[in-house]
Order: sequence, then C-alpha cells, then structure tokens
Amino acid sequence: MAYLEVKNIYKRFGKTEVLKGIDFSMNKGQVVSIIGSSGSGKTTLLRCLNFLEIADAGTFSVNNKVLFDAENQKALTDAQVRENRLHFGLVFQNFNLFPQYSVLENICLAPKLQAKERADYKANAKQINAEIEAKAYKLIDDVGLSAKCNAYPCELSGGQQQRVAIARALALDPEILFFDEPTSALDPELTGEILKVIKELAQRDMTMVIVTHEMQFAAEVSDQVIFMDGGVIVEQGTPDEVFVHPKSERTKAFLSRYNNA
Amino acid sequence: MEFLTITQDLLQGFGITCLLFIMTLILAIPLGLLFAFCSMSKISVIKVPTKIFIWIIRGIPLMLFIFVIYYLPSLLADGNASLNIFNTIDLKMTIAAGSNELLWQGRFLAVLIAFVINYACYFSEIFRGGIESVSQGQYEAGYVLGMTKSQVFFKVVLKQVIKRIVPALSNEIITLVKDTALANAIAIPEIIKCAKDMASSQALIWPLFYTAVFYLLFVGVLTVVLNRVEKKLSYFKA
Ligand SMILES: Nc1ncnc2c1ncn2[C@@H]1O[C@H](COP(=O)(O)OP(=O)(O)O)[C@@H](O)[C@H]1O
Ligand SMILES: [Mg+2]
Repeated sequence: MAYLEVKNIYKRFGKTEVLKGIDFSMNKGQVVSIIGSSGSGKTTLLRCLNFLEIADAGTFSVNNKVLFDAENQKALTDAQVRENRLHFGLVFQNFNLFPQYSVLENICLAPKLQAKERADYKANAKQINAEIEAKAYKLIDDVGLSAKCNAYPCELSGGQQQRVAIARALALDPEILFFDEPTSALDPELTGEILKVIKELAQRDMTMVIVTHEMQFAAEVSDQVIFMDGGVIVEQGTPDEVFVHPKSERTKAFLSRYNNA
Repeated sequence: MEFLTITQDLLQGFGITCLLFIMTLILAIPLGLLFAFCSMSKISVIKVPTKIFIWIIRGIPLMLFIFVIYYLPSLLADGNASLNIFNTIDLKMTIAAGSNELLWQGRFLAVLIAFVINYACYFSEIFRGGIESVSQGQYEAGYVLGMTKSQVFFKVVLKQVIKRIVPALSNEIITLVKDTALANAIAIPEIIKCAKDMASSQALIWPLFYTAVFYLLFVGVLTVVLNRVEKKLSYFKA
C-alpha cells in the first residue's frame, strides 16, 4: 500500500470541469513533480488535497488513514477537517507570509496556537513555547536565514520570503509537503536558492509533491513525474520515462514547447 | 471676568459635545463591525436589507435622521408628535431633579441613537473595504497551517485591516467631532447651542467664534493620537 493514495478526484467550478478523475499514489520519502501547461488543473488539485477546495468526488488517504472522502465530507466537523489538513503542508506561489509578523513569529504563530490546545499547556507554557522557538531557529538556520530572524516580510527578497514560507510549513511537521510553483513569482536569479532548499529536503527524505515549470529541476529531484493536461493525468513515470521517452503525443508536444522556449 | 464665566459656560457645553463624541465612537464601532459582517454575508436575507439600510442612512442628511429618530417613535405610537417620548423623559427627569430648567437627557438619547446608527453605517463601509482588501491568500495560509476561522481573523487578518482603515477612519472620526454640533437641531445644550444662547440672551456674538478654539484643540489632540497609531502600524507593509 502506497503512502499517499489519491483516487478519482473530480472538481468542477460551475460548468467548467477542472479535474476529471485524478488517480495517483506515492511512497514515503518520494518526490513527485507535477508538470503541465497553465490551466490544466494543477493548482486546483493541490487545493483539493489541502482542503482549500472540496472535491466533488474521490478520496485520498495517507498512511492508510482516509483524510477525505467526497461521500461523507459534509459529515466532518471543522475540527476534524482541521486535524486532517494538518497531515499536509502547502507552500504557495506567492508566499503569503503574514506581513505584520517577523520571520520568527511567522514560523511560530501556528505551532504556538496549536500548543495552547494541549492539555498540559498551562503547566508548561514557558517550556513549550521555548521548544517551539528553538525548533523555529533551527528551521530558519536550515533555510539559511539566521541573520533575518527578526526581519519583517517587507524587508526580505522574494526568495527569502519563500524560504521563510517553507520553514513555516515545516514547523508543523507535515507528513507531505506540497509546493505550488514555488519559484514562479521570483526573479530568475532567485529561483536557485529555493530549488536548493527543496533539494536538501529531498535528500532528507521529505515526502513532497511539487508543481513546477522548472523541468531540469524536476528531472533531477523527482522519483516520479506526472504530466497533467485538461484535468487528467496524461502520463506518469520516472523522470527518464516522462522526459526522455514520453509515450503520449500530448506530453511530447508540451515538452517540445518547453525545450524550444 | 466675563471671559472666564463665558469660558466656563462653554466648557459645560463642550462636555456634552465630548460625551456625544465618545459615546458615538464607543457604540458605533462594534455596531459598524456587525453591519460590515452582515453586508458581506453569504445569506442574502441578511446581506440585502443591510446594504439597503446602509444606503439609506448614508444617503440622507444626519440632521434629517436626527429628526426621524426624535419624532418617528411618537408618531408611530399614537400619531401625535406633540407628545414626544424623548421630551417626556426630559420632563420626568426635570421634575425628579426638582430643576427649574428642562433637562436634556431624553433628547440626548434620541441624538445618540441617530449618531450611532449613522456613524455605524459609515464605519461599516470602511470596515468592509478593509476586510475585503486583505487577500484571500492570507486566509488560506492560515487555514493550511491549521488555524481556526477566528484565529485567522484575529491573529492574521485584523491587524492588516486596522492598518488599512486607520486613515479613512481618522477622517470619519474628525468629521464626527464637528458633526456633534448638529445636536443643537433638537436643542441639546452642546457648545454651539450654549454660544447661540449667549448671543440671543446677552447679545454677545464673539463666544460663538470662540467655540472654534475648543474644536481646534480637540481635533488637534485627536490628530496627534491618530497619527501615532498610524505610525505604530507603519513597521509592516500590507
Ligand atoms: N475558483 C475558481 N472558479 C472558477 N474557475 C476556476 C477556479 N479556480 C480555477 N479555475 C479554472 O480551473 C482551471 C484550472 O486552473 P488551475 O488549477 O489554476 O490550473 P493550473 O494551476 O494548472 O494552471 C482554469 O481554467 C481556471 O480558470
Ligand atoms: Mg497553478
């Protein structure tokens, strides 16, 4: 049984059917890249998996625990949805850092709020918060921003903001981290620093799903590549299978457009 | 000597001006927030009437609305505006206090209601604009980090909203200071009414102009305070 199992996800907005039955699975510690032209439904898929949209049909599960089943999603309480979504983390294209908080505060906010719900919080508040901060400092160090702990997002470059966003997502120990075009909002010379951080995560066996247009990077970092077009998965396989020996004409056409661009 | 007693008399009126200002501010802000949420509601039976109500209140002069609040309840109660319920309150209080001058607390209530509703409508539009200007991405970032709706609102969105609305709110608050003068339409003895009374009873016109000093000082202090708030929030960009 695979670690993440996504089955038959459908999603429509009004009359437009955006996802038409998405199936895929991945193992723990793997990196899956999703490629495809704009409008093919990649963002919508990540949003469904992170409960920002509710899929019309389908299920997904992690570690054999069903997190979402369109059949009985309505029966879930807000608290259950919240618990289910915490299995995943999501890094957005445009970072979405909280502007009024420093780097450290951005990373600590959600963990501290969660800690308050713990039964032993009142007795150990000081220690718990100190642990959260220590972990945040470690994460900030991992993404190479130790010098910027107390800076505010408006004082950071796009690449630095995105690194903070990655650290913020990691602070909650997600089982799987999703990225939606993490470098698309960045100047070309800043994409490298983000790709480097993601590669380091891959080396540490972080399970990740990455929507990206960086083909070279996807080929290097992924165990599996998924090509989406028109709301379906057209082709999936190892980077070699998809990039070097694509079977589908649609994949070939997409890749040749990229190689010529 | 005369200057001192007149200053004292005007200060009394200014006290009522300040009371109206403060109470309007304290009550209109939460009511405005409520109106703002109602006007953004997904339920149209809440949203549409709220929007129509706000449109009406913002569309009519505050002076007219004061008259509406002052006369309408009595008209509806027995079709006889001469038995005004707010005046009845004044009369009862005057008798209870054994005063020989008609008290004003009942009419003050009418003015306060009109001011609170009127300003709540203006504030609600400012709040709505502020809330809607915070990008959806901020909410979503909060949700994917496992925050509840109220945590996202209070910990993530609110401060950004406040930062964005402080300039518009400052304008409205300063307008409110000066709008309090409208209370003299139903003879609330605020500062302008006091000065007008002096003009007619003592044939003195300068106290009327002198009131400007009170307003200017008050607005000056407010401006300093509001600028300080704005500065305090300038450490981040939103
Ligand atoms: N909230 C929405 N309402 C209506 N249509 C949407 C919405 N979100 C996405 N779509 C449509 O779904 C399609 C796929 O969008 P998206 O998932 O963003 O694609 P991608 O990320 O692959 O570029 C697009 O045609 C887009 O217009
Ligand atoms: Mg997209």
